[in-house]
Amino acid sequence: MRYSGLKVITEGLFGNKGWTPAWRDPAPKAEYDVVIIGGGGHGLSTAYYLAKNHGITNVAVLEKGYLGGGNVGRNTTIVRANYFLPGNSEFYSHSMKLWEGMEADLNYNVMHSQRGLINLFHSDGQRDAFVRRGNAMINQGDDAILLDRDGVRELLPYLDYDNTRFPIYGGLLHPRGGSARHDAVAWGYARGADQRGVDLIQNCEVTGIDVEGGVVKGVQTTRGAIRAKKVAIIVAGRSSQVAAMAGMRLPIESHILQAFVSEGLKPVINHVISFGMGHFYISQSDKGGLVFGGDLDFYASYAARGNLPMVEHVMEAGMTLMPMIGRAKVLRSWGGIMDMSPDGSPVIDKTHIEGLLLDCGWNYGGFKAVPASGWCMAHLMATGNSHEYASKFRLDRFATGHLLDEEGTGSQHNLH
Amino acid sequence: MRLTCPLCGERDRREFYYYGAEDYLHRPAEGASLAEWDNYLHLRDNPAGMTKDLWYHEAGCSQWLLVTRNTVTHAIAGVELVAERKTEQKAGRAK
Ligand SMILES: Cc1cc2nc3c(=O)[nH]c(=O)nc-3n(C[C@H](O)[C@H](O)[C@H](O)COP(=O)(O)OP(=O)(O)OC[C@H]3O[C@@H](n4cnc5c(N)ncnc54)[C@H](O)[C@@H]3O)c2cc1C
Ligand SMILES: [Zn+2]
Repeated sequence: MRYSGLKVITEGLFGNKGWTPAWRDPAPKAEYDVVIIGGGGHGLSTAYYLAKNHGITNVAVLEKGYLGGGNVGRNTTIVRANYFLPGNSEFYSHSMKLWEGMEADLNYNVMHSQRGLINLFHSDGQRDAFVRRGNAMINQGDDAILLDRDGVRELLPYLDYDNTRFPIYGGLLHPRGGSARHDAVAWGYARGADQRGVDLIQNCEVTGIDVEGGVVKGVQTTRGAIRAKKVAIIVAGRSSQVAAMAGMRLPIESHILQAFVSEGLKPVINHVISFGMGHFYISQSDKGGLVFGGDLDFYASYAARGNLPMVEHVMEAGMTLMPMIGRAKVLRSWGGIMDMSPDGSPVIDKTHIEGLLLDCGWNYGGFKAVPASGWCMAHLMATGNSHEYASKFRLDRFATGHLLDEEGTGSQHNLH
Repeated sequence: MRLTCPLCGERDRREFYYYGAEDYLHRPAEGASLAEWDNYLHLRDNPAGMTKDLWYHEAGCSQWLLVTRNTVTHAIAGVELVAERKTEQKAGRAK
């Protein structure tokens, strides 16, 4: 079924009785050409582009829970292309272009809103670093505008500009940055993949990976064994457990990241604002809730909930930046399990086992990457070669020293 | 979450700095292969369940601690001084 404004109106007039499920609920077949483990944003977009770009449709996505129940439905939805390292820059730039065409391509409203992202700076040194970043973004063909203090004040009059510890010197505005509705992104890719013949199989946990003579043969699941010519592990925070089923030890440590949403308010924050020095960022959803978060809890964890010290820290940072939000009530908080890599950048690569591929290490920034990750992973699976935009996301780069340390903090698990 | 430091007693999580998995205690010998260094520096078991990791009692006694804990429930099963462990290992080796 194609969605359109006309369809919404006619369905509304006739009691909304004509809607059909957005995807099928098939039983797993005994064999597929490709099995994708993980029905998050990256698994679903990989399935979609395998079908759309490469005509590979004998594909199953195996999800242990429900589609979109992982990080793709738990993140704070910032979409941006403001990376500067060669390797990251072109990848996120490509992702941004895919975002801009996503709704038309998927025939699905993902509420992508390019409301502008503003990263604040608080010193001369930080300004220099932001000028450099802005130039890198422009060189990549994307957009960046340096705002001085008055420029930021015009857009965000409600910030505390005279904070003694971090007075606001200005900000880097990324006009094409913004947000989107996270669930809709998962649902849109799921529907698009299903329409092209991909089987989306929920409540199907992969419990083993079958390897014979160095070649992948299929997977064991809670719904039986499934043979496959190729298997992709795309399970974000659970990457280490699933890779261990194939005897692999990954450069990943799983950490918890929390987020918060307030009660619904009238429109007040029109941009996405990031206050890096306070480890705080905020935007307002279309429903009116203030969506905000901070840093990791900073220890390895698989509890999809965080601890109180980080709750306190985030609230303090928010109050410091914009005291007005103190009057809003927090409605909910939650956590997601992040696949942290030592250098803060991802992996899209083959493994030493033939036919077994890996897409992981998205840290706390993999939502914006959903389209390009699927695009490049599908390319790798279909052609056997890395896509030019993902050619540096190698699994062996830690051993060889070809790191992608965007933050410049070092290649160690607790530094990103 | 609270950790019971063997020297200082039960303290708030904020007093401690988290360093990472126990792997850091097993530094390869000089001249070890690239694979061994990669294994030590980057590759992790990253278990969902019981794990051992290193914490530094930054706002307390400045000791390195080896904490046994559950990554799913955040329950703490034990906290040892790394220094004592090292002394034991040395004594063990001397025998
Ligand atoms: C609080 C928070 C805020 C964030 N904010 C942002 C942001 O503003 N911008 C941004 O770009 N990124 C953000 N992120 C990061 C982003 O959400 C993730 O990097 C990204 O969603 C991870 O990829 P995914 O969608 O495929 O993961 P997931 O949705 O977690 O998908 C993995 C799936 O694999 C399934 N799975 C696991 N094990 C198995 C198994 N054995 N068998 C079958 N299925 C299995 C899981 O159930 C899950 O559904 C944030 C994350 C969090 C938690
Ligand atoms: Zn102590």
